[in-house]
Amino acid sequence: MSEAIRNITKKVGVPRLIISLFFLFLCFSAVSLGLPFASLSSDTLTRFGMNGILVLAMVPSIQSGLGPNFGLPLGIICGILGSVLAIQFGLVGAAGFWGAIIISMPFAIAVGIAYGMMLNKIKGSEMLVATYTGFSIVSFMSIVWVLIPLNHPEMVWPIGRGLRVTIALDSTFGKILNQFMMLEFGKFKVPTGLLLFFFVMCVLVWIFNRSRMGIAMKASGDNPKFAIASGIDVDFYRIVGSVMSTSLAAIGIVVYAQSYGFVQLYQAPLMMAFPAVAAVLIGGASAQKAKISHVIIGTFLFQGLLTVALPVANEAIKVGNLSEVLRMIVQNGIILYALTKVGGES
Amino acid sequence: MAEYTLQMNNIVKDYYGNRVLKGVSLQVKPGEIHALLGENGAGKSTLMNILFGMPVIHSTGGFEGEVLIDGESVLLKSPKEAMEKGVGMVHQEFMLVPGFTLAENIKLNREITKPNFASTLFRNKSLETLDRKTMDQDARKALDRLGMNIDEWVKVQGLPVGHMQFIEIAREIDKLGIKLLVFDEPTAVLTESEADNLLKAMKKLADSGIAILFITHRLDEVMNAANNITILRDGELVATRAVEDTDVLELAELMVGRKVEVTQKEESNANSINNEVALSIKNYHVDMPGEEVKGIDLEIHKGEILGIGGLAGQGKIGIANGICGMYPSSGDIKLNGESLKLNDTRYALENGMAFVSEDRRGVGLLLDSSIEDNIVVTTMQIKGEYLKKYGPFTQGNFPLIRSHALKMIEDLDIRCTGPTQPTRRLSGGNQQKVCVARALTLNPKVLFVSEPTRGIDIGAKKLVLDLLVKLNKELGMTVIITSSELAELRAVCDRIAIVTEGKIEGILKPDALDRDFGLMMAGEYHKVMKSKEAIS
Repeated sequence: MSEAIRNITKKVGVPRLIISLFFLFLCFSAVSLGLPFASLSSDTLTRFGMNGILVLAMVPSIQSGLGPNFGLPLGIICGILGSVLAIQFGLVGAAGFWGAIIISMPFAIAVGIAYGMMLNKIKGSEMLVATYTGFSIVSFMSIVWVLIPLNHPEMVWPIGRGLRVTIALDSTFGKILNQFMMLEFGKFKVPTGLLLFFFVMCVLVWIFNRSRMGIAMKASGDNPKFAIASGIDVDFYRIVGSVMSTSLAAIGIVVYAQSYGFVQLYQAPLMMAFPAVAAVLIGGASAQKAKISHVIIGTFLFQGLLTVALPVANEAIKVGNLSEVLRMIVQNGIILYALTKVGGES
Repeated sequence: MAEYTLQMNNIVKDYYGNRVLKGVSLQVKPGEIHALLGENGAGKSTLMNILFGMPVIHSTGGFEGEVLIDGESVLLKSPKEAMEKGVGMVHQEFMLVPGFTLAENIKLNREITKPNFASTLFRNKSLETLDRKTMDQDARKALDRLGMNIDEWVKVQGLPVGHMQFIEIAREIDKLGIKLLVFDEPTAVLTESEADNLLKAMKKLADSGIAILFITHRLDEVMNAANNITILRDGELVATRAVEDTDVLELAELMVGRKVEVTQKEESNANSINNEVALSIKNYHVDMPGEEVKGIDLEIHKGEILGIGGLAGQGKIGIANGICGMYPSSGDIKLNGESLKLNDTRYALENGMAFVSEDRRGVGLLLDSSIEDNIVVTTMQIKGEYLKKYGPFTQGNFPLIRSHALKMIEDLDIRCTGPTQPTRRLSGGNQQKVCVARALTLNPKVLFVSEPTRGIDIGAKKLVLDLLVKLNKELGMTVIITSSELAELRAVCDRIAIVTEGKIEGILKPDALDRDFGLMMAGEYHKVMKSKEAIS
């Protein structure tokens, strides 16, 4: 019996088991507190879909040996740039969404190459350097958002100069994926388009993983010395990993923004790397190894927890603004716990 | 005073069922210089670890036998206890603080102090002031004993390597009641004149009554400095000789000996080797730390098995690593008459060479990937095989990979649960076979194999070696085996090149005399042969 339990824990992994149990506990509390379960479930699904690609961006980065991409804000900013340019060019609806992605790609690829070349120079301390690269680029772009010569009335401040802090997407491409083929069962809504898009991206990354390049990239991440001895150019594949991760982050933020309904500028991208890193780690990845399944499981658990924890906390403690504080504690607690698992479960 | 400073009686030590010391005995008298000789892996280090009570000994189940110091039976549990009993060690690599003076280094962690205001106030001895005057005097005394006339207040930084060794020794003899000093290959990093000075100092120390145990590979030093010599081979005591009763030739022979007989290569094969040169190496240098190659010339014939032997750190491993592009190299290499681009792994692999690294787990395998992935990954990247192509896009041809892996598993008899098992879970021998399978998938004309049997058990050793012979015979593959185990090279190779100090000392037939192998490995073959010719 105890052998069987040990086998299960070994297969599932202790962190995933703990988080899953906590998630189940919150779900039961939500039901017993009489919270609307249907709307909570659809919220979970929506948040799962909107964050998924940002988490998926971790996979090429980890596989190529760069570790979890704490420099995610780099790619996110490319995506935001694509979005504001798409709005400026007057693209609306599906054209706006695809336009934002296509416009952001050249930026993401260029930034990914430069970032990969930089990471090749500081092998061994990628995670720390990446974090601060992300921080600095966010601050730098805060200046750019003020100075950038865009003038679409939806985006600029009515008085003064510069872009607004949040730009509403109602009139452009807000919720376009969420509402594509949306299924409704009473209050339970399934954002089919959003989920479909996420899964298509997963499949694309999966197909890449099985190609000659993908296999070489994984080998150079797994064991750089082995890769060198097999004639694989490790530095090149680290740049490939960085470009893919940055591009996925750019796509990810466009998907996130359309689902959220707003593009957030200035300081908003600052901390976005952490939930994504935490999700993939909870999913079972380590700093050296990540699979698509880790992304799907991790994103679901992490976003599910956050979605359910907030109303439960609200219900449990009804004093003032404490619930927001609690949400921060839960979110950062999970991130902290996940980060202790960077080394993997061995 | 007892007759012997150190007696080790019938020492037996197992590591996980692998017997590394089989009843070794050793006696050292006061004032005697006793040399301990043996190849790599003969058991010298284990014997010393026992003497110093290293934790690795006790965490692996202790040892059998008895250690006596000054006639008193002791059971040393830690290096600190050994130190208290008067046993000191001069390390091969220096443990000195560069920014400290000689005196400070000699007295490191044994500083002489005098009380001051703060230490009296807090009654704490660690707050006391250093008594530099006494420390300097003590250091001076120790340095004088070694005949070293360098000032004790000089900083270690920037001193020549030879001096650093002396400071290490000074530190040991400055310890009170030192009775026995162990020198672990002290001359390995020294120039000839520095080594001479060191031997002189050792003799001086011995004259003052300290017993010295001297571990080395250099036979002339042994003849020059030692009184008695103990020779180990494969964990067994081969012989103890007084220096007057022996000579370099006998020592070389005793050190190498004939060990396990592996299936001999059939003679018929020797005839099938034509003298066509497969790979010619000229003035080849490899900058591999610890295994530097300093200019070798070698011709490897088509269809032969060439062994590269020699002691650790002499550069034999550097040759294959340089050719496969793992470390920067220079020189002139021709494969089948065509010049080979150096420092380009891809180019070497594309041109029909394959490598099995000596660092199986570090370089040879993707430990977390499956057996089948490990086997095909290099070929897929280099030759684009095992792929399905869709225009510019590719996908692994997984059914083909699976069938190839299954064939390899059967051909090489890889014991596993299936082709998808991660290689981390395999035993050493089976991991090695996966490495060989990966190299074979490349269909090489020339196969380099480094340390093919390191860390695998005897049964698996034989399988791996037989496999290499089979490949050579059936496919006519040219195989270059680099190994520290001379016995296995002699069992399977057509010719054996011995590398000493980064150069080829000589090439021998496997049935050459033990003595010649021993002399070559010690780097004294030419010296001894020359003097012989001079006599006759």
